Amino acid sequence: MSDGKDFVTGVDSSAKRSPRRVVFVTRRTSAQVKAVDEAEVQTFPEVLFRGAVAVELLAIALVAVSLLFSAPLEGLADPSHTPNPAKAPWYFLGLQEMLHYFPPVVAGVLVPGLVVMALIVIPYFNINVEAEGLFSKDRERRLRVFYIVAVALSIFLFSFHVYVALVPTLIVVAFMVAAAQSSLQSPGSFRRYLAAKPLSYWIMTWFLFELVVLTAVGTFFRGPGWSWVWPWRS
Amino acid sequence: MAKTLEQYFDELRGTRVWRSVFRSGTGSSPLHRSLVIQQNVFFHLFATKVRRRMMSFSATWYLGTLTLGTFVILVITGILLMLYYHPSAPQAYADTKDLQFVVSSGLFLRSLHRWSAHAMVFLVFAHMFKVFYRGAYRPPREFNWVIGVVLLLMTLLLSYTGYLLPWDQLAYWAITVGSNIASAAPFVGDKIRFMLLGGNLVNANALLRFYVLHCMILPLVAMFFIAIHFWRIRKDGGLYSLQSQPKVAAAATPLTPAKEAQ
Ligand code: HEM
Repeated sequence: MSDGKDFVTGVDSSAKRSPRRVVFVTRRTSAQVKAVDEAEVQTFPEVLFRGAVAVELLAIALVAVSLLFSAPLEGLADPSHTPNPAKAPWYFLGLQEMLHYFPPVVAGVLVPGLVVMALIVIPYFNINVEAEGLFSKDRERRLRVFYIVAVALSIFLFSFHVYVALVPTLIVVAFMVAAAQSSLQSPGSFRRYLAAKPLSYWIMTWFLFELVVLTAVGTFFRGPGWSWVWPWRS
Repeated sequence: MAKTLEQYFDELRGTRVWRSVFRSGTGSSPLHRSLVIQQNVFFHLFATKVRRRMMSFSATWYLGTLTLGTFVILVITGILLMLYYHPSAPQAYADTKDLQFVVSSGLFLRSLHRWSAHAMVFLVFAHMFKVFYRGAYRPPREFNWVIGVVLLLMTLLLSYTGYLLPWDQLAYWAITVGSNIASAAPFVGDKIRFMLLGGNLVNANALLRFYVLHCMILPLVAMFFIAIHFWRIRKDGGLYSLQSQPKVAAAATPLTPAKEAQ
């Protein structure tokens, strides 16, 4: 019986050398390695070609814009002559708009620092990864926290006269209230959509909304002395 | 029978010289097409195959690709602009003016660089939000998201440092406003501004520092992180293809994963 052994054991991952292999499923690994097998395309040439076409279209658009509109050039830099208003590049005008309301430590350091920190930690918190509707679990407590935060934030923005940030906040809060009143069994598809949205979705959407509104206000609606102007009346 | 262009190309790929340069060899079998990617130092950052579904426009809106596109345009036009530019005050302004009025196609070159820079800032934000809303920051992609945040900051810094270089009123005062914000940081604010500007005010030293940052340091750092960013997409299992959130209908009857036997 001792010469009846017709296999050898060993560790090998090459299908050519050892065509028949035994898989050991340990307690920590799942036997279901791949859930779905789906159609793939080859990077060369399909994906590279599509990427090249996308970039080509973008380049054509940018060349067209550059031929139609010239880059601005003003007079020589003059430290003794401050333009009014002096504006930062457009992507910082949201920050500059906040500087109008809050001291520089808050608007210029604390807020951008917190935004960057918040962006970095998003994927490291399970609540952002799990993606369950915000009010679908632990409803009472979450509703309470939500209402307290929403009211406190609104009062805060109101008391500092930050109406440009208050309006987007109130709009997002309104949608969140609608989400709280909806469930995954609601009749309207939009209400089901709202009910399925997790906390991270609401925070990011609020951030995006504020970013767009503050940047637009800083760019188009601010004139001399950072006073409010209507862009179509100048 | 006349040869087609493709046959000529295949012939070229078979020549000794071509094969000494490109390691993948001739042939258009899936294996050879994979080799084109695997055997090339630049392409091997990418996976050899991509899920077909992720190639549709709606999946990514191609925003990452387009961001890279603007970056490439900026590098090319930027190098050409460097040929006409001295980073000293007030010569920098005269050079920019020459680009505007004297150098042939200089105005076009400068405009293309500037509008592409604006486009890149816009696209990088758009890419970030798109990645977020499709849930592609989820593990194991956490770190690629963090690299993305670094790239976002690099893009903003590149744009900001470039803003000063024309040395006109717009540039000077935008940077003055921006650097005053930096000085608001508690304790170290003034030190940071001094380091950034090489002085307490925006002056010729600041111009030189911004020039070095804009044309050397930041592009190199950005390229370094872009390379890691692409390589991580492959290492993290290709583009994230799951639903960002469970389908609304499916969420009504949640699936519970099977418990592991203890
Ligand atoms: C210079 C800037 C950047 C470039 C050139 C770039 C390029 C790309 C490209 C080409 C892709 C492939 C798919 C796609 O287009 O979505 C991608 C994916 C990705 N990007 Fe970026 N990106 C940049 C900045 C960012 C930023 C700011 C973030 C987020 C904070 C980010 C996070 C990600 C993540 C997590 C993926 C993986 C998505 C997936 O697995 O489906 N990237 N990037």
